[in-house]
This record gives sequence, structure tokens and C-alpha cells, in this order.
Amino acid sequence: MVRVAESLQPSGPHQQANRSLTRKLWWFVVGAFAFGWALVPLYDVLCSVTGYGSKKELLVAAHAAERVDMARWVTVEFLSSVPTLGAWEFAPEQTEIKVHPGQLYEATFLAKNMINQAVIAQAVPSVAPNMATQYFRKTDCFCFTPQKFEANQERELNVRFFIDPSLPRNIDRVTLGYAIYDVTQTKSALQN
Amino acid sequence: MSASHTHDTHAAGHDDHGPMKGWRRWFYATNHKDIGSMYLIFSLVMFLTGGLMAMFIRAELLYPGTQVLDPGTFNSMTTMHALIMVFGAVMPAFTGLANWMIPLQVGAPDMALPRMNNFSFWILPFAFGMLLLTLLVPGGSPAGGWTLYPPLVLQTGDAFPMAVFAVHLMGASSIMGAINVIVTIMNMRAPGMTLLKMPLFVWTWLITAYLLIAVMPVLAGAVTMLLTDHYFGTSFFNAAGGGDPVMFQHIFWFFGHPEVYIMILPAFGVVSEIIPTFSRKPLFGYDAMVYATASIAFLSFIVWAHHMFTTGMPLVGEMFFMLSTMLIAIPTGVKVFNWTATMWKGSISFETPMLFALSFLFLFTIGGFSGLMLAIAPADFQYHDTYFVVAHFHYVLVPGAVFSIMAATYYWLPKWTGHMYNEKMGKLHFWLSTIFVNVLFFPQHFLGLAGMPRRIPDYSTQFADWNFVSSIGGFCFGLTQLLFVYNIISCVRGGVKASDKVWDDASPQGLEWTVSSPAPYHSFEVPPEVK
Ligand code: HEM
Ligand SMILES: [Cu+2]
Repeated sequence: MVRVAESLQPSGPHQQANRSLTRKLWWFVVGAFAFGWALVPLYDVLCSVTGYGSKKELLVAAHAAERVDMARWVTVEFLSSVPTLGAWEFAPEQTEIKVHPGQLYEATFLAKNMINQAVIAQAVPSVAPNMATQYFRKTDCFCFTPQKFEANQERELNVRFFIDPSLPRNIDRVTLGYAIYDVTQTKSALQN
Repeated sequence: MSASHTHDTHAAGHDDHGPMKGWRRWFYATNHKDIGSMYLIFSLVMFLTGGLMAMFIRAELLYPGTQVLDPGTFNSMTTMHALIMVFGAVMPAFTGLANWMIPLQVGAPDMALPRMNNFSFWILPFAFGMLLLTLLVPGGSPAGGWTLYPPLVLQTGDAFPMAVFAVHLMGASSIMGAINVIVTIMNMRAPGMTLLKMPLFVWTWLITAYLLIAVMPVLAGAVTMLLTDHYFGTSFFNAAGGGDPVMFQHIFWFFGHPEVYIMILPAFGVVSEIIPTFSRKPLFGYDAMVYATASIAFLSFIVWAHHMFTTGMPLVGEMFFMLSTMLIAIPTGVKVFNWTATMWKGSISFETPMLFALSFLFLFTIGGFSGLMLAIAPADFQYHDTYFVVAHFHYVLVPGAVFSIMAATYYWLPKWTGHMYNEKMGKLHFWLSTIFVNVLFFPQHFLGLAGMPRRIPDYSTQFADWNFVSSIGGFCFGLTQLLFVYNIISCVRGGVKASDKVWDDASPQGLEWTVSSPAPYHSFEVPPEVK
């Protein structure tokens, strides 16, 4: 094959020049590939030079939560609903607790699959009043990932949260509700 | 590649042999015309494949509710449609045109690196074979959008490594194609063909090829990082490990915006060949056209974050990318002005290639205007990820890039085959395409402004009417393309004999018209003299 191909190659004065230009262009390609990877550290450098999105600033934001407002009490209510799942039990362990803004709490929901079959469930949270949504901080939640339940399995589901101390003064009661859905059909294809 | 070989035995020039027989001719092809034809045919097949997927998408969107596809399949159809159209239809079509026309237009006997040329073509069927195979694997084909954003794309099933590898192969193919174009143009021009005497199609391709070798490797890097994040526990884009998913968007669009110009600069070249011919006047402001192309290419590197206005950039960032994006409108405006000025007081005739070029001029400009609207950062918060964006990029890509490819096909097909295509059918194809492309995409502006999000299989009933109109336009546009396929096939098979100049009464300029029709298997073995 090589013989055939070479015999078709144009010959003559260009060969040398072609070869050297081709080599240079391959080096250019290597450089461009390296540049793509160099964008990763460059991105961090740019962020720290401009101060935008810098890790330091983000850490400060995270630490802000450590300022606990011991003088203030906010009531957090828990709600649950099972719009589509049918034979399920799903309820909060406590219907409400009193919290200090800035302090980390954990709440537990009890869920039981009473169907004779494994189910993948997805909980979808909502916070009321709407104004409070951006101050309700979940650091970990069973709603972040789909939850697999074996047939007739009962489990505790946990959510850790704190209320941002900058929650407007006029709000003293916040409701966290979960609706739980069956996503077995859409998720199972991905899980196996 | 071929550069590593020293071989002087045939330095004396070669004997006159025709193509090899049977499949060997194609599999071992090193002739630029054969390879160009293969690229063009491949592109047409991909255009029809991607088009079929679009028909499924529009069938699902014909009515509210989900009827035809389940949501997962719908998402994989939009993703695959885009990947196939961008990398399988538009880019190979332009590479095919480059293969056929660049040697003919600069007076070279062939492309500079024929064996690499063979390799860069034959990678493509494997790349797209693998991409299409993902339709059959567990978890389905990629469905996270052609932009491959993590973390969503990391949820792809077994198709994930296949899609990444397919993208690697497509990238390798375009890089080799681009190197070949640059070496051919820089080294193989006929004596007397100075850079500023080159036809504009050659110029736009030279600049495109540089864009390609600058950004395709960056895309390769980005998808490789996705791969290592998925399989080797790195955290380039994983926030839990100290990475940043937004960084993927920066790297992707550093490739992605130049990529959209890769798909439009050769189109500018095609239109700059056709409008002067059928206006019977030289191109107005040739030098300005060259400089405008170069400045568009340069600017395309500093506007990428206009795809990311809503990611929470700092205000200075929003301002910078807004203004740099608007700046591109200036060289683009120069081009539109010069094409229009070329026609001014020209003696214009309306053959099919000219009709497509004129339609390009109008409809691409509409896409440019919607682009300017999207470039206004505060307004983009409203438009981003709605059907308005879909309308924008389809106006620049379908009546833009794709119409220019059709124009080029009608313009040069008689030179390639030696036969005239059926002009009546060409005109019918043109009118139906132009009407239905607008029925298809214009209503999507309204849908987007009213707030319909892109990439969803179902929608609120308030969007029903315009979606219905758009789908009908889509089906008709799709069917119309069968005329194009039929016309090409019958033109390859036979037809009225084309003369050497093909468009005799327009006396087209350029070396490609000095060889016979069909262009002989070996042309310009003795370089022509350019004055
Ligand atoms: C006047 C020139 C142009 C301007 C000012 C412009 C501006 C923009 C802006 C601001 C967006 C982002 C919209 C958003 O996501 O919210 C966008 C998207 C896009 N543009 Fe353009 N554009 C121009 C020309 C082009 C051309 C010539 C092409 C291709 C041939 C193109 C292809 C695209 C594509 C494919 C997207 C969407 C990418 C995606 O999110 O999937 N644009 N354009
Ligand atoms: Cu862009």
C-alpha cells in the first residue's frame, strides 16, 4: 500500500519545504494541546489575581455560618408528601424544632417502602415562605441523590441544615417540605 | 506522518496513470479529487442522519405532551443531532470542498500531504460509527447536550468513553485536514500566485485551518479531563475534590466560539466566489475582505464567555465579553457591505448557486442580529438557554453554513462531474428550502422571547401554536432535501455536458475554470503561470 501511495505523491521541489512546515505545524498542535491543560492553573491564577471566586473568599463565606445568633429563635417545620408512590410511608420524626440561626442541625425523616418490589425514590425539597429559600442552607441531604429502597425496606433519611443568620428579621417560621417520587424507571438504566 | 519519509525515486515526475480499480481506489486514495468526493459524500450521509434525528425532535415537539420519544431519548436526539451536524456534516463538507478546490484554485497538482489526507478522511467513518453505536449501549447515547457540560455528562452510561473517544478521533481528523490545507496553500501555489492574489475561498480556508489547529487540541484536552475525572479520580471539574465545573465551560467555549467561526469562514469564502461571478463584477474590496476575515478570526479568541453570562461572572467580565462580542459585528458588517457593493450596478443573473448565496446574505444577517441581541449581557439573562438561542444559531448555521455548502455544490458540481445539474429542480430546491427554513426557525424567536427553554421534550400549552408551525416547517424542509440528493445523484450519472467555464456567459474568474470539465484526474502537473 505504501508503495502505491508514494507513487501517487506529488514530487519535486516542494517535498523539503512541505516536510519542514508540517513539522512546525505539529509542534503548534502540541503547543495548543498543552495550552488547553495550562488553562487549568491559569484559571486559578486569574481568579486569585482578580480576587473573584478565590478559594479564600469562598472559605470566608463558609465561615460566616459559624457566627451563631444565640439571641434569636426560628421555628422550622417539616412536611412530607407522597404524591405518586402509592404504598409508602414517609414522615418527619419531629414536626417542628426551634433553631438558632447559624447553628448546624440534623433532622430525620422515616421512610418505608411497602411495595413488594425495589424502588428508587427521589425527594424534591421546597421551602416556604419563598423569601426564606435562599437563607435555608442544606449541607447534606437525602434529596441530593436518588435513594434506593429494597422491597418492604424501612430507613431513616437525614438532612443537615442551618439557617443563614442574615435571614430577614420578620421571618420567624420556616417550613421545609419534601415530596417523594418514584424514579425507578429513569434511574435504573443508569445504575446498572 | 508522511513528513518522516525520504523518498526520491520518483523525483523525476510521474507517469500518467488513472485511478486504481474497485475499492482500492477509495481505500488507498491519495488523489485530492477522490478524497474530496469521499468527504462530500460522507458529509451528505451525515447530513441525512442528523436530519432524521431532527425530524424525531420536531415530531416530539409538534404537540405539547410526550408522544413520540421518552425524555431520555429526546435528550439523546438533540445531543447526537448537534454532534453529527457540527462534526459530521458541516466540517467534513468544508474539508471536502477544500480538498477539491484548493489545489485547483492555487494551481497545485494535489494536496501537499496526500497520505495524511487519506488517513484524516478514513478516521471519520470510524469516529461516527462509534458515535452512532452508542445508540445501542446500556444507558443510551450521550444526552447531556453537545456542549458536554459536567457534572451532567458524567452521568452518561457506557456511551461515555465511546463518545469521548469519538470526539478525539474527529479532532485528530480535522487537525490533519487543517495541516494539509496550510501546507498546500503556503508551499504549493503556482508561480505568480502571491498571497494577495489568492481566491477568497482559499484565504478563508487558510485562516480557518489555523483556527482549527489552535482550538481542536484544546477540546481534546477538555474531554480528556472529563475522562480522567470519570475513571481516574481526578477533580478537574469536581467541586467536592477542589475542582470547578464552570472551568469546563471556560475551556469548552475557548474551543467552542472559534469553532463556530470554523463553520462560517469557509462559507464566507464560498459566497465571495459566487456573488462576483453572477454579478459579473470583481469582488468589491478584496483586501478589506481578507483583513476582515483575519480580524474575525482573531476576535473569536476573546469572546468565549458570552456563552457564560449567567454563570455569575464579575461585572468587569460581563462588560469585557459583551463589548468584545459586539466588536465582531464590525468586520462582519464590512463583509456584508462588500458583498452588497459587489452586486451594486452589476449585471446579475439568478442561477441556483447565486440564489443560495443571496439567501445566505439575508438570512445569515438575521442570525447576526439575533447574535448581537444575545451579546447584550443584561438581556442575555432573559434569552439564555431559551429557544431564542436555538433560533440564533440555526439561522447562522442552516441558511448560513449549510446554504453556502449547497451553493458551492451547485456552483462546482458541473466542474466535478462534467454534467450540468437540473437547473429547474435546483431552483425548486432553493425556493422550498428558503421558505421552509424560515417557517422552521423564525417562530423559534417568538418561542424563546416568550420563555420556552431549549432541550425539553414537553412544554406548556402557551407555546403550542408556534411549535406546531415550526415542526411543519421542519418536516417540509427535511423532505425538500431529498430533491438535493436526487439532483446530485442524477448529475453524477449524466446530463447535459458542461463546458470548461461552466458559467460561460458570466465568465467566472479563477484557475479552476481553466481545466476541462470534468476536471481531469491529474491537473496542473505543470504549474500554470499566474500574472
Ligand atoms: C454577529 C455575530 C455573532 C454574535 C454577536 C453571536 C453571539 C452569540 C451569543 C451571545 C451566544 C450565547 C447565547 C446564550 O447562550 O445565551 C451565541 C450562541 C451561539 N452562537 Fe452565536 N453569535 C454570532 C455569530 C454566530 C455564528 C456565525 C455562528 C455559527 C456559524 C454562531 C453559532 C452559535 C451557536 C452554535 C451558539 C449556541 C451554542 C450553544 O449554547 O449550544 N454564532 N451567539
Ligand atoms: Cu460564541
